[in-house]
Amino acid sequence: MNAIQNVSRRGFLRAGVAAGAFVLAARVIPEPLWAEETGVFNPDLFLSISSDNTVTIIAARSEMGCGSRTSVPLVLADELDADWSKVKIQQALGDKKYGDQDTDGSHSVRGFFDQMRVTGATARTMLVMAAAQQWSVPIAECFTEPNLVVHKPTGKKLTYGELAAAAAKLPVPAKETVTLKKRSEWRYIGKDTAMYDLPDIVTGKAVFGMDAKMPGMVYASIEHPPVLGQKVNTYDDKAALQVKGVRQTVALDTFKPPHAFQPLGGVAVIADNTWAAFQGRRALKIEWSTSPNSVYNSAEFRKTLEATARQPGKVVRNVGDVDAEFAKGGKIVEAEYYTPHLAHASMETPVAVASYRDGKVETWAPSQSPQAVQGTVAGLLGIKPEDVTCHVTLLGGGFGRKSKPDQVAEAAVLSKKLGKPVKVVWSREDDIRFDYFHSVAALYMKAAIGNDGMPTAWLQRTVYPPIASTFDPLATYATDEMSLGWNNLPYNIPNHRSENGAAKAYVRIGWLRSVANIYHSFAINSFADELAVAAGKDPLEYLLQLIGPPRIVPLEYRKEEAEEGKKYPLETARLRKVVEVVAEKSNWAKRPRQKGRGFGIAAHRSFLTYVATVVEIEVDSQGQVTIPNVWTAVDAGTVVSPDNIRNQFEGAAAFGTSLALISEITVTNGVVNQTNFHDYQLARMNNAPRHTSVYIVESDAPPAGVGEPGLPPFAPALYNAVFAATGKRIRELPLSKANLV
Amino acid sequence: MIQLKVNGVEKTFDGDPDMPLLWYLRDVAELTGTKFGCGMALCGACTVHLDGKAVRSCSVAMREVTGKSVTTIEGISSKGLHPVQKAWMEIKVPQCGYCQPGQIMQAIALLNENRTPSDKDIDSAMEGNLCRCGTYQRIRSAIHQAAKELA
Repeated sequence: MNAIQNVSRRGFLRAGVAAGAFVLAARVIPEPLWAEETGVFNPDLFLSISSDNTVTIIAARSEMGCGSRTSVPLVLADELDADWSKVKIQQALGDKKYGDQDTDGSHSVRGFFDQMRVTGATARTMLVMAAAQQWSVPIAECFTEPNLVVHKPTGKKLTYGELAAAAAKLPVPAKETVTLKKRSEWRYIGKDTAMYDLPDIVTGKAVFGMDAKMPGMVYASIEHPPVLGQKVNTYDDKAALQVKGVRQTVALDTFKPPHAFQPLGGVAVIADNTWAAFQGRRALKIEWSTSPNSVYNSAEFRKTLEATARQPGKVVRNVGDVDAEFAKGGKIVEAEYYTPHLAHASMETPVAVASYRDGKVETWAPSQSPQAVQGTVAGLLGIKPEDVTCHVTLLGGGFGRKSKPDQVAEAAVLSKKLGKPVKVVWSREDDIRFDYFHSVAALYMKAAIGNDGMPTAWLQRTVYPPIASTFDPLATYATDEMSLGWNNLPYNIPNHRSENGAAKAYVRIGWLRSVANIYHSFAINSFADELAVAAGKDPLEYLLQLIGPPRIVPLEYRKEEAEEGKKYPLETARLRKVVEVVAEKSNWAKRPRQKGRGFGIAAHRSFLTYVATVVEIEVDSQGQVTIPNVWTAVDAGTVVSPDNIRNQFEGAAAFGTSLALISEITVTNGVVNQTNFHDYQLARMNNAPRHTSVYIVESDAPPAGVGEPGLPPFAPALYNAVFAATGKRIRELPLSKANLV
Repeated sequence: MIQLKVNGVEKTFDGDPDMPLLWYLRDVAELTGTKFGCGMALCGACTVHLDGKAVRSCSVAMREVTGKSVTTIEGISSKGLHPVQKAWMEIKVPQCGYCQPGQIMQAIALLNENRTPSDKDIDSAMEGNLCRCGTYQRIRSAIHQAAKELA
């Protein structure tokens, strides 16, 4: 818990921005950032109350569909005892004063829960103090109702709006005098509140990045180098300039490595509207330079990855001695798994509007990370990050892609060159071909099996071009990905070693919803099912035995993960619980066992949330797979919005269906082969799960992630169901490549 | 000069007759509720009604809409919310919301033709509308609910 400190002496509370306004400049930024600013007054505003009784709460995190823009302010509103119907949410600009704004890693609620509570409770305390003073009564005789302070003995009431001006003049209370609400007193946390933007979304009024405009803007569409790192040698724009509405073309510099978040380069067509810009591009003739990345062929690369996975790698976790156990002889099981590149394919393609003027940039962008926009644009244009104003629109999906601001940087660079605001619109083809791809991966698993059918040793090796390659082209080993389901196997096995092999990147690699958990969970949960079958045991019973008795799994944490590790230990009791709940809800014990119909289970903890999923499939005589039912049980700790969790997990089942059944990116000579939704296929209403039931396990533990954790168990649960239905063990994604007949 | 009606208002357009209706609506008429998703009629984000029928506006050229009447999400209901929009709110369908105007326009077109659609009818009417967030289950429920409201 972030303690409230009595910091009024250094101006914790700021006088209202408007007459009668109460503005709480709360200490709700992360400790390290605050420490750097010691002695410097930095009015971090998350809350204001105006005399008309409107409560304005700043949303510093981006909204891409996971509900953060509603749930984080909702926590503040609850502690404030605000009337939600009187709350206005205002989207923050990109600014480091808000602390971490990178809306990724499923950590908006868990990262800001305590701070939002403290901010709300502090303001509530001050409003009560103001009322007590006005009535000349003891504070203890006053309590709050939504947006009201009430004097209990007399029933007198004052609205927050009426009290705002007086409260603003009070000193900020010391932490001892601020009481957080009891759980039982929460009005909004744990109840269902509709997303703040819902009315605007259903009426088409919601403003996404695609809908942003600036006066006098022109439209740009960019022909990017087909292979990463290529430059424009020469180009002919005669035909392009003949297209009605096209104004000019602009050649763009290709990044200097590392590519990080920099633009790819290419030729921009500037036009009066998006369509003309698209048409102009088709008429361009460009000669590209060579690139070392043109050697990349994903089919060949697979063999390289698999060969690496068969060799010893870098050890990332070791328990006991697997080699000694393997050397004893006895029953050994080995398996290899493979998963391809994926593209994010948010429904809204990358897009941004930017205006450069007098050394400053103003931009409107659907960004998961407005501070990354500031840093990237500033770096490219040689200006300061604080001279880049980033307005964050709603995001038409993000899934990790929109943490990268390359398209915003393109708009800013073009605006500087053209001297007017520019809107850069990526086509779907641009989006799919020039993504920061989810990495391709090869995994090798080996286990020694004891007489009871349980593993006495478990070796796992994972190999893929790491995300670190985005920031260092020479990086070949994973870093952050290891804690994404690889160095924290929750099974009770006496000898265990986890390894990572080296791989080089030839395309841009990035975070995609749940990231490395996708392939790690796929291999681990598939292998567990294989071992269950080898042991002749029920997969669910076997999984529970693997998880073992309730305990805290001893893990070594990196320095930056240590605090989180302490607050959120890996508790096998919670993993068992979700498995038991999903077993009961899916009626696992009485599941039908017949050819062409199967149930599969998988369980995985990611982003500190425990999830178990059962998938039921049917396979017809043509080998076509349908998914009548999905059951998923979730322990995400304290829950802010249960219905939002259900929606996220229903969505994860559909997202999981895409990658399990049909989605795949392949590359030939450095060029991505897929271009649009006909060849990069996604789940639709007719092949997504017919029904997904989500069960939330009640918990008082601190809140954990919600946006991503539904995804990792889905594909292995489905593949285990495929085995149950067909007897075929498929070890690579997507299933459409396998013959099930 | 192309003449058309957009949400009941007479409009004229003298730009490129090959321009898709989508880009006319978004960039010229400044009705941005209709979304760009793929440009190839593969995702349904740009769905509008042309003389009452659902079409993918990314794949209808302006020359084809001469004398026709276009309805977008902004014009679907003159008084309050359409029952389909209400159902979308009650079921809390959207996540990111970007595809939802197209989903709603497609759903309204379906219910205009079929007041009591089965799950199968809904699937076949809606399979052209992608939702990357995966709200399909709620879309199906919302359509059933709106059907009841309209009955």
